[in-house]
Amino acid sequence: MPDTHSPALRSNQPADAHAAVYRYDEFDKTFIFERVEQFRAQVERRIKGEITEEEFKPIRLMNGLYLQLHAYMLRVAVPYGMLSSTQVRRLARIARVYDKGYGHFTTRQNIQFNWPKLEDVPTILRELAEVDMHAIQTSGNCIRNVTTDQFCGAAADELVDPRVYAEILRQWSTMHPEFTYLPRKFKIAITGSPNDRAAVQVHDIGLIAKKDETTGRVGFTVYVGGGQGRTPYLAVKARDFVPVEEIIGYLEAILRVYNQLGRRDNIYKARIKITVNEMGADKFIGLIEEEYARLRRQKFHVDPAIVDAIQTHFAPPPWVELPAISDSFEAAKAADPAFARWTRSNLTEHKTRGYAIATISLKPIGGIPGDAEADQLETVADLADLYSFGEVRVTHEQNLVLAHVRQDDLYALWKALDAAGLGTANAGLISDIIACPGLDYCALANTRAIPVAQRIAERFADLDRQHDLGELKIKISGCINACGHHHVGHIGILGVDKKGEEFFQILLGGDAGTNAALGEIVGPGFDYDGIIDAVETVVNTFVKLRQPGEIFIQTLARTGHAPFKEALYARA
Amino acid sequence: MLVKAKGTQQSVAASRLLDGEAVWLGAGNIWVEDVAQAAVFDGAEAIAEALAFAKAEEKRQIVVDVYPLDVEITEAGTRPTHLRERLKGIGPTVRRDLGKQARQPAA
Amino acid sequence: MPVLDRGLPIDDRWTDLADDQDIPAEGAVIVSLERWRTERDALTARRDAVGVRLKSNQLATEIADDLGSLSLVALEFPKFRDGRAFSAARELRERFDYKGEIRAFGHIIPDQYLFLTRVGVDTVVVPADRVGPAWAHALKEISVAFQPALGREEGVSLLRRHLKGTVPA
Repeated sequence: MPDTHSPALRSNQPADAHAAVYRYDEFDKTFIFERVEQFRAQVERRIKGEITEEEFKPIRLMNGLYLQLHAYMLRVAVPYGMLSSTQVRRLARIARVYDKGYGHFTTRQNIQFNWPKLEDVPTILRELAEVDMHAIQTSGNCIRNVTTDQFCGAAADELVDPRVYAEILRQWSTMHPEFTYLPRKFKIAITGSPNDRAAVQVHDIGLIAKKDETTGRVGFTVYVGGGQGRTPYLAVKARDFVPVEEIIGYLEAILRVYNQLGRRDNIYKARIKITVNEMGADKFIGLIEEEYARLRRQKFHVDPAIVDAIQTHFAPPPWVELPAISDSFEAAKAADPAFARWTRSNLTEHKTRGYAIATISLKPIGGIPGDAEADQLETVADLADLYSFGEVRVTHEQNLVLAHVRQDDLYALWKALDAAGLGTANAGLISDIIACPGLDYCALANTRAIPVAQRIAERFADLDRQHDLGELKIKISGCINACGHHHVGHIGILGVDKKGEEFFQILLGGDAGTNAALGEIVGPGFDYDGIIDAVETVVNTFVKLRQPGEIFIQTLARTGHAPFKEALYARA
Repeated sequence: MLVKAKGTQQSVAASRLLDGEAVWLGAGNIWVEDVAQAAVFDGAEAIAEALAFAKAEEKRQIVVDVYPLDVEITEAGTRPTHLRERLKGIGPTVRRDLGKQARQPAA
Repeated sequence: MPVLDRGLPIDDRWTDLADDQDIPAEGAVIVSLERWRTERDALTARRDAVGVRLKSNQLATEIADDLGSLSLVALEFPKFRDGRAFSAARELRERFDYKGEIRAFGHIIPDQYLFLTRVGVDTVVVPADRVGPAWAHALKEISVAFQPALGREEGVSLLRRHLKGTVPA
């Protein structure tokens, strides 16, 4: 057992006592176990034939259960991406006992199991409930798991820690009586940093938490009507500042307008982004404001004392005073170039001196983006206990994060990660690819996405080359539903079915960050073999054109798409 | 995405309700787990009849998600013509150790 | 069709009239919004109560001014997935202070019943072959709700339990 600084490990507390996860009280526990039994009864009614599949489907979806190409799939919520090591170990156990030994982390900070049996699902949900977890509203036409910045509470650039608000929204949206049969799914993302890591502008509602400069009051800039899918839109700003006390009332107003006026005649036009854009943003925002003005606001008033009380679940862990520079960390970097390389790509500045935020890549070269074996999950849980207060985060880019690691511990951490196949130095680089499950698993997909990601990663396997290229985000979807976020990839790849064959279109110039932008299709698609060469052509063109210090997206913005198009299609 | 079957030779696919396993309607209206053993229905009438049986099986809580698919007959048995349906018959191409492809062929 | 109140079938005094059916001399009747608009005088001249049916695309605002004359508003679910009536019921109660009966009819499943009662629906119409213990059970399965229920004005409901010394209602 390596030496540890964890105060929890040295005391009688559980190792994850300081993990910033919301811990259920008696009401939450009563609710979650009742909900499990409700689903058990619903499954029994389905098996007995008391309800039809048509009626059962929305019920199972609202409990995270899909029917996919090969089997059922269970999507478990990881509220705003936060997990304790105890919860991670339980996920590992579920993977091993009820599934096929692995789980898949998704772009909405959730985890999916690809092979559960319908009969086992109520028992799996019970196992989750025992560790304050669930699969509620991870699918269905309801308010989904609220996502946020994976570095919240740790990042140096953060203005407001969004987790307490995400938790308030989680409770508010859970089994909401009015908004559980919406026209379509509804996704809310929230960030508290000026550097948006939660892609808030491509969500049905995006919230940016900030402090009023004069009063210090916390509130939110509210964006509405963003989304990807087959008709991508960036969200429009509904209000610049809604104080915390009013946020639930304001969201009620938005949801009510959408529930009444959102289209129900065409599933592809049912998202709020279509309502906003068909009606016109000004008119839609006007309706929200009218609705909000007449709402019984007192009913939805969020007492600051409630915020303070829930905030205690997200109290900072007991960091200690450390020097800004760790001699052992500097020495290890100097001695081990592979470690030094990992520190360049996989560490983010922590707000507390002497600590760092470490991203654990779930993108080993040639691996399946976002997959983690049960053993790996347990390794991560152990390392979280040793080095990061027993806390693990899931990123929307399908990686994991240990948010509070002492610089002194980073070398030991990386060694242990590397030994478990989790130490790839590629966070934010060309092989850190988002890919949807695609036709390898998904019943809706047109093409595969995972093997495209694998082959791109293999083509660029040389980590020195990847580091030289710098930040470059490739995102791949196997159909126009855009679960692989191809619209906001610096290089986006969209799989299309062309007379039964897989073809892939390239989009350039998307951005999920603060300068959110939708990519544009660059030209005709490429076949399964050709797409890898095409990506390399784009990358080589960038290398030729770049000026010192530029990353891909900057060069592209400066040169425009023309030279890239020419390189891709000139020889044709 | 599911592609509408329009050929003259079709099979009928479904998923078993209890465990979600992909199955096809085989000879004698028995559900089989191997697409190669899927019965091939020739012509609109035979296809409609097979679908009607499969839909009835859905009502009996045996299977869900019943649909017809285009197939061809090969030496190795029934073969779906569309990629999606072929993948349904084998499992994830990125995990050859999982799904139907990982199982011992029937003796 | 059977009408359920708190999960159990009740004797229903209402007659649901199609637009081509004659209005009976006596007895409480439910008519479509269109008929209410064209035959309002005849309907209100009778001694007995009148209710109006709203289709799922007819908002509560359409009858806001008439609510004083209506003892019942019936909200349609053309498909159980069409959840507009949840907002209509809530608007009737919270925006228009409607105190009469709200009834849900059409395609409704027991798993929605608890939500319906929480947005202000009193009764549901259910096909005879669907009446069973699932309805009453559905109201008891989940005892915890995180949002404010109808008629409770104390604010964001269960979130208040996080305040020390507050017992959640």
